Amino acid sequence: MKTKKWLSYPYSLWMGIFVIVPLFIIIYYGFTAKEGGLTLSNLALIMDPINLKALWLSLELSIISTVICLILAYPLSLILHGMKLKNNSFIIMIFILPMWMNFLLRTLAWQNILEKTGVINTLLKFFHLPALDLINTPGAIIFGMVYNFLPFMILPIYNSLAKISDDYVNAARDLGANSFVTFIKIILPMTLPGVVSGITMVFVPSLTTFVISDILGGSKVVLIGNIIEQQFKTVNNWHTGSGLSLVLMVFIFLSMAVLAKYDKESEGTKI
Amino acid sequence: MIKKFLSRFYLGLILLFLYAPIFILIVLSFNKSKSRSKWGGFTLSWYNSLFQDQAIMEALTNTLIIAFLSALIAAIIGTCACLAINNMRKVPRTILLGISNIPMMNADIVTGISLMLLFIALSYPLSFSSVLLSHITFNIPYVILSVMPRLARQNVSLYEAALDLGATKSYAFFKIILPDIFPGIFSGFLLAFTMSLDDFVITYFTNGAGVDTLSTIIYTEVRKGIKPEMYALSTLLFVSILILLVLINRKNDRDNTGKAPGKA
Repeated sequence: MKTKKWLSYPYSLWMGIFVIVPLFIIIYYGFTAKEGGLTLSNLALIMDPINLKALWLSLELSIISTVICLILAYPLSLILHGMKLKNNSFIIMIFILPMWMNFLLRTLAWQNILEKTGVINTLLKFFHLPALDLINTPGAIIFGMVYNFLPFMILPIYNSLAKISDDYVNAARDLGANSFVTFIKIILPMTLPGVVSGITMVFVPSLTTFVISDILGGSKVVLIGNIIEQQFKTVNNWHTGSGLSLVLMVFIFLSMAVLAKYDKESEGTKI
Repeated sequence: MIKKFLSRFYLGLILLFLYAPIFILIVLSFNKSKSRSKWGGFTLSWYNSLFQDQAIMEALTNTLIIAFLSALIAAIIGTCACLAINNMRKVPRTILLGISNIPMMNADIVTGISLMLLFIALSYPLSFSSVLLSHITFNIPYVILSVMPRLARQNVSLYEAALDLGATKSYAFFKIILPDIFPGIFSGFLLAFTMSLDDFVITYFTNGAGVDTLSTIIYTEVRKGIKPEMYALSTLLFVSILILLVLINRKNDRDNTGKAPGKA
């Protein structure tokens, strides 16, 4: 089929104006001072102890959440796949449906569950167990991240599992492999692209969130996202905010570059 | 047997985890007490006062219009782009698909900020339309993601056969290609709609004063305390989409069994 090239022009124009140009504007602000003139001081602000601590904590929490998501999602995808449901759309529906309750409200509901007089502590009290300090801790934030981003790990892994033809598994069985060997040699490598896109889709939003830390961390836990948000919304210093955003983007692209090595066929495995 | 029980149990636990907060929100929407932590008895009054609350109703309209329009426009631009990209050689193809990855892989907060800076640089007022433009931007990649694999899997011979049999190009396109990739376009549209509906971060940076969506209203209410009407509204939204999806699913099931009898 020969389609005309001009069909891509609206897309190219749109993405040029609304994706590429804005990135250059951030770079421009990041490398200039308020008074004008080129500077690296906005980027260097990441070395400020407060910012550095926030960045470090963000990295730590997002890595932990990503690992938890992976540990929860992989067996779940295997189970869902093993159920041999007739239509995939049903699975996708179950995991996308919660998004129809507003993301902020759902995160807020976790406050109800985690707070001092919340659901969990009420249950613990009922069983005469000591109450737990859950809300306003890094743990609560991890909880919120795993909750919000788990579907983004499940769907790509499930999709990559669904793509594996039964013939491969049967062939391995015929050749004498037990289920463990089949898993390690066949299934795991073939789902790797799904795992990789799942990891990026959980890691990046966890690294950069400011809302989850706002709601579940109180003002006690400050992540790098919170600092950038403050620079734009309260301090009104676009230069510092852009500089820190650029540093954050370096971390995102670094992690994606590392992951891309493992992602041989990335097309169409995301979601 | 034990294995089956364990896997069902595990699935149940994850679903409990995903749906527990939703259950809590639904319970809160019937709570007489305005406090989140106290149960003051059953009431339907929030459902009543919801429709009198102008701010919420306006935010709801904004949210739905933005989600619908941005998903629709993104579906059109994205599908056209896919048709063209599909026939490109490797290099331009990789570049164009790579660009569509940027908003999806980049942080929400950076996308939101960069768009805000763009609008300010162009002295374009932060308003309803700036939010819409931003949502279209982050929705296009989801459409590309859903349509591209469909196109790649498509059988070119069918289209060529149609041309051989005397169909015009546009007739063959609308009769052969479009129906074939339509499920991809539709799921891209739905995904885009859902993403737009649930978005907070990008709206927060591009909306300016006076234009609110449900997310931005809720965010300002987080500190003051959420209006219980909000719980009622999201319960209604959730239940209506649940019913809609169950109906669609049922219909699909019936269609499938109707077309292929005996193939369970």
